[in-house]
Amino acid sequence: MTGEAKKPYVLRLYVSGMTSNSLRAIENVRKICSEFLAGRCHMEIIDIYQQPALAKERQIVAAPTLVKELPLPMRRFIGDMSQTERLLQGLDVNTK
Amino acid sequence: MARQKKNVSRIVEVLQKCLTGIKGLDEITGGGLPKGRPTLVCGGAGCGKTLLAMEFLVRGAIEHNEPGVYMSFEEKSEELTTNFASLGFDLNDLVDHKKLALDYVHIERGEIEETGVYNLDGLFIRLGYAIDTIGAKRVALDTIEMLFSGFSNEVILRAELKRLFSFLKEKGVTAIVTGEQGERTLTRFGLEEYVADCVIFLTHKVSEQIATRRLRIVKYRGSVHGTNEYPFLIDEQGFSVMPISSLGLDHSASNKRVSTGIPRLDTMMEGKGYFQGSSILVTGTSGCGKSSVAAHFVDAACRRGERCLYFAFEESRTQILRNMRSIGIDLEQWVKKGLLEFRNSRPTLCGLEMHLVSMHKAIELFNPAIIVIDPISNLVTSASENEVKSMLSRLIDFLKMKGITALCTDLTAANGSLERTEIGISSLMDTWLLLQAIEANGERNRGLYILKSRGMEHSNQIREFYLTGNGVQLRDVYVGLAGVLTGAARIAQVAREKAEKLARSQDLELKKLDIERKKAVIAAQIAALRTGLDAEKEDLDRAIARENLYQKVLDEETLAMAQTRRADDLVSKKKSVAKPGKRGGK
Repeated sequence: MTGEAKKPYVLRLYVSGMTSNSLRAIENVRKICSEFLAGRCHMEIIDIYQQPALAKERQIVAAPTLVKELPLPMRRFIGDMSQTERLLQGLDVNTK
Repeated sequence: MARQKKNVSRIVEVLQKCLTGIKGLDEITGGGLPKGRPTLVCGGAGCGKTLLAMEFLVRGAIEHNEPGVYMSFEEKSEELTTNFASLGFDLNDLVDHKKLALDYVHIERGEIEETGVYNLDGLFIRLGYAIDTIGAKRVALDTIEMLFSGFSNEVILRAELKRLFSFLKEKGVTAIVTGEQGERTLTRFGLEEYVADCVIFLTHKVSEQIATRRLRIVKYRGSVHGTNEYPFLIDEQGFSVMPISSLGLDHSASNKRVSTGIPRLDTMMEGKGYFQGSSILVTGTSGCGKSSVAAHFVDAACRRGERCLYFAFEESRTQILRNMRSIGIDLEQWVKKGLLEFRNSRPTLCGLEMHLVSMHKAIELFNPAIIVIDPISNLVTSASENEVKSMLSRLIDFLKMKGITALCTDLTAANGSLERTEIGISSLMDTWLLLQAIEANGERNRGLYILKSRGMEHSNQIREFYLTGNGVQLRDVYVGLAGVLTGAARIAQVAREKAEKLARSQDLELKKLDIERKKAVIAAQIAALRTGLDAEKEDLDRAIARENLYQKVLDEETLAMAQTRRADDLVSKKKSVAKPGKRGGK
């Protein structure tokens, strides 16, 4: 599993303004990045209030939405990312 | 003062409406959907929700200059564009001109993992952005219930839906939200809870293999609206609802008359024919000339330059043209001049309501002065009596509103009574012509009479009529000693009477001659008698003359004798010769 562990992650987090939900989500994703994906996680935070056209383009319905662009397959997570177990499982992150 | 103020505020609060531009819907709703509020359109699959929503936007964009946002949860924008191109809506063009914004919201549950609390801000932002970009006044959300299949947290969803509707109101857009019909509720997920202002329900019912689309306004807060189920049609021109039962009986009645096209039939109706804008029913058994009577009417109208629409449910256009040519009516010339148009269809093609709707559309389009429905009874076969009556009353009301004269033919069974017709439609009709086959002496003849004709003095006689090369020819009422006679019996009776009359007149002639002769004889006799009398009189005169001569001679001789005898007394008595008779004696 060593090869997989080196896979780079590209995550995009779409939030709607600096609401408590957004802040919680950002914090939770950051934590995962630093704890489990240190050094190989590229994370981008997009405020769809600022870039509403992107919401349509990227098919964002709920907020916050986290999109795992890489590695494939692409996956979407919605919510404040507080259910860490579920998120990690979905992101296919090796916690060991 | 206080009361006045209250009144003013009440006027201000009157619900504003937004014209949909959809045929008929604005009439039923009394001016459109509630402006600035969401309207729920619900119904089963394939009942026309999407079309209604899209047409609302397209009409708004084109006719009312109100841009619209279409948010689709089911069909992709490209699919929508293709689908609506077949209805003549060029969505791409509208999008290019910023009159329309399409947004396809893709929700796939399998792709989404829920990891905590969320809201639907993404949707709100997209919608808000689209509305602001083109300055939309109208919004359609089709079908928002898809959200329920995409997200599992119903508590969040319901809260978000509530927020969505207030968001729409806040934006001041008139919105249509569609929803799938539920088993016991109007929508599967109870959207009606959130949309309290106006709910429209669409159905697509099939009865006896014939499908009919219907629309009903379940509720419309703060507004009067038609409550019935209205049939609607989806065709090349989109959506059309026919508000056909909302009409009252307040149409104006015309005093103008239109010729029936058969001069002697006009005569039976005060010499003027039907009333303009009235409805005429021509009933009869098969083959008794109903279509011919109709064709005459059409021909006469076209001759006056009026437009006619001919709904044929039995024969094709060419068949009618050919058949009418055989009785000397050339309808083709009017077709070529564009005065006459045929609409031929099989009654079983679609439901009664659909026929009604398509007839409405055709009438609206062609704007005729008269229409013919030939025959109305064929329509009836595909529906129950009640339906027929309701359909016809709506059709006739509509025609009367427009002042269109309608002639409907109706086929009755050869041995059936008129009762069916009477129950069904007669009360709706102003004039009822009955064509009857009179069977007697081994032949069938045609009789015509006016069973009723409202508002005019009409003949109560049964006329016999012939279908000739010059069309329908009415004959005089033939009332002989043996009653009304038709056909050969009539001819025979006429001949018989003619013979009798001839015999009688010959008799008279003879008598006349006899008298003449007698007169002559008498005259001759008189002449003969007169001749006899004249002869006698002549004899008498001659005798008198002779006598006088004789007397004279006698006197002279007596005198001579006396002179000879010298009888002086006699000479002196010469004067007494005047009385010779006394002496001579006879």
